[in-house]
Amino acid sequence: MAAPRTSLRLVAAIRNGSSRGIHGPGGAATPEGSQKGKTLLQFLSDRFYDVEFMREYFLQRHMLKVHQKNRFQNKEWIRPNERGHFRLEFLKFQGVPVEAVDASGCAINYEGLDNLLLLKELQSLSLQHCPHVDDWCLSRLHPLASSLQELSLAGCPHISERGLACLHHLQNLRRLDISDLPAVSNPGLTQILVEEMLPNCEVLGAGWAQGLKVEPEEQPDRASPVHAW
Amino acid sequence: MLGRGLRLGLRRGLVTQGLSARREGSTLDWDGKVSEIKKKIQSILPGGAWNPLYDTSHLPPEHSDVVIVGGGVLGLSVAYWLKKLERRRGAIRVLVVERDHTYLQASTALSVGGIRQQFSLPENIQLSLFSANFLRNINEYLAVVDAPPLDLQFNPLGYLLLASEKGAATMESNVKVQRQEGAKVCLMSPEQLQNKFPWINTEGVALASYGMENEGWFDPWCLLQGLRRKVQSMGVLFCQGEVTRFISSSNHMKTASGREVTLKRIYEVHVKMDRSLEYQPVECAIVINAAGAWSGHVAELAGIGKGPPGTLQGTRLPVEPRKRYVYVWHCPQGPGLEAPLVTDMSGAYFRREGLGNNYLGGLSPTEEEEPDPGNLEVDYDFFQDKVWPSLAQRVPAFETLKVRSAWAGYYDYNTFDQNGVVGPHPLVANMYFATGFSGHGLQQAPGVGRAVAEMVLEGHFQTIDLSPFLFSRFYLGEKVQEHVII
Repeated sequence: MAAPRTSLRLVAAIRNGSSRGIHGPGGAATPEGSQKGKTLLQFLSDRFYDVEFMREYFLQRHMLKVHQKNRFQNKEWIRPNERGHFRLEFLKFQGVPVEAVDASGCAINYEGLDNLLLLKELQSLSLQHCPHVDDWCLSRLHPLASSLQELSLAGCPHISERGLACLHHLQNLRRLDISDLPAVSNPGLTQILVEEMLPNCEVLGAGWAQGLKVEPEEQPDRASPVHAW
Repeated sequence: MLGRGLRLGLRRGLVTQGLSARREGSTLDWDGKVSEIKKKIQSILPGGAWNPLYDTSHLPPEHSDVVIVGGGVLGLSVAYWLKKLERRRGAIRVLVVERDHTYLQASTALSVGGIRQQFSLPENIQLSLFSANFLRNINEYLAVVDAPPLDLQFNPLGYLLLASEKGAATMESNVKVQRQEGAKVCLMSPEQLQNKFPWINTEGVALASYGMENEGWFDPWCLLQGLRRKVQSMGVLFCQGEVTRFISSSNHMKTASGREVTLKRIYEVHVKMDRSLEYQPVECAIVINAAGAWSGHVAELAGIGKGPPGTLQGTRLPVEPRKRYVYVWHCPQGPGLEAPLVTDMSGAYFRREGLGNNYLGGLSPTEEEEPDPGNLEVDYDFFQDKVWPSLAQRVPAFETLKVRSAWAGYYDYNTFDQNGVVGPHPLVANMYFATGFSGHGLQQAPGVGRAVAEMVLEGHFQTIDLSPFLFSRFYLGEKVQEHVII
């Protein structure tokens, strides 16, 4: 039978080092399979760990696409292919400055930012949903002040308003995305203060009206004594 | 015979099993029973915790390898590093004696919580750099199983130090040393300063140094509780009590040149319990003086400074408590979110607190204006007369401010050169100091704790060489002075 042999090879690959199979979001619906195939797969995965691993591996390949893309000057985005490898043409671009980096979802941390800070002509940086980017990391971004125009920090769980305050070094910033930051205590007020801090920048965020309660609309023809001047 | 004995034994075993009503597992849980019996015997024998006459659970143990006097951030840091660097787990028994577990007067809890690398001594810079590293990775250093991670609320906005014409050259040379050690500091001219922070009045400012990374402020209470929790999980014993006496043994010896010298070793510490006359003598091998503002008093108890003046025996530990005020005010048009901790040439400093346009700050008084350290009452006139004018001159928006509240705390002020004392005393051979930091103890605590632990365990400093901070400099008269006291 072909199925057990392939499952064994996949399991070996996981054990050998590709860590993607281990922390996969289990419990999500299987993407394909006929009715009969679904029950068979379900039945098998309840019984054999190998089959469960195989299911999760295919799930990974469909759902969790790690977008580590880079864009060079006037070129298109360079993405990894399905296997996570970059094309060999990459080496041609050694002297060309990098313009934009999309590191969303990437597990980059404080020491890892060393590599990004070497890119002196970086214009756009996306650190969306990076789980380890925190206030300390934001304080490291000041060397990019002369060139960075676009920064996205949406969805990073450890960034608070204290880290956002260090972005005042980035005076060339034109677009800043600070939406969906769970650790920021008061998103509306923070947005106002960040807008004051970076006057030339368009700040996308919670919206300053988020924390305000909506008052019931006054009837226009009813003269309320409160409004009498 | 054997068969009958076996049968009797089995029956007795079944009877005891019935009495104890244990149904699951094996019938004879020998391992559990033997260890329980062993523990009971150990507690009854001398050296154990059991006392048949009265309850001693509130007293410290009768023996401890290291006794740390003072449970603030420095004392806990030394305890942490002692336990982390010991060669074998459980090799050293450490006891932390803290007079007040609510930390009402402790300098750590009342601190403004700043950390900076802008010092002039390379050792201070290295200590702060290591501390910044420690704080950044605090959840790896101080992780405790099943406890939530610590949130230090670190604000990485940096320190801005201003200098006049007179101090500009010193500031430049300081920044050079700081950059050599690896701190990220930049120098700014008055024009650049005005561009970056338009709310500053740059009159009188010739040069400014601004820390870009690893500088800022954080919550010292969180660090203290995190250290306490971790240190308790590592097996350090705590005791609420006051050290009232040291019993030491003396050894009269002659130096190579024939001079007589008396070396002392403390072998017992008397710890008095709170609000009672009861005390417990704790036999110890090493005593660490981390009592902060009261370290001078603790050193006197050990006989340090009792001798003819001008000799090594007569050199006291020159650490005394000095009261400092911190005021909190609200200013609606004040500096924005990007304001660093600004320090003026006059010594006045301020920083933002939270999102609501609240600021806190203060000023170190001159020697003549030193307030009485007997209590922690706040003098609001000091703010009106001395602090507010300096602040309003530097930041014009602060002319319209409203003081919300204030508090006072002690500096463990080193009257000799305002820098820390670290390491053993030359005569009282087993008392180690970790005190006297005069306002920058909190930010250097992780580094100093590690240095003292290395000194205790290895006999010399290994990672950061703090030999300029040894006690002997007070006798030799070698001052290691910083140029800015905040």
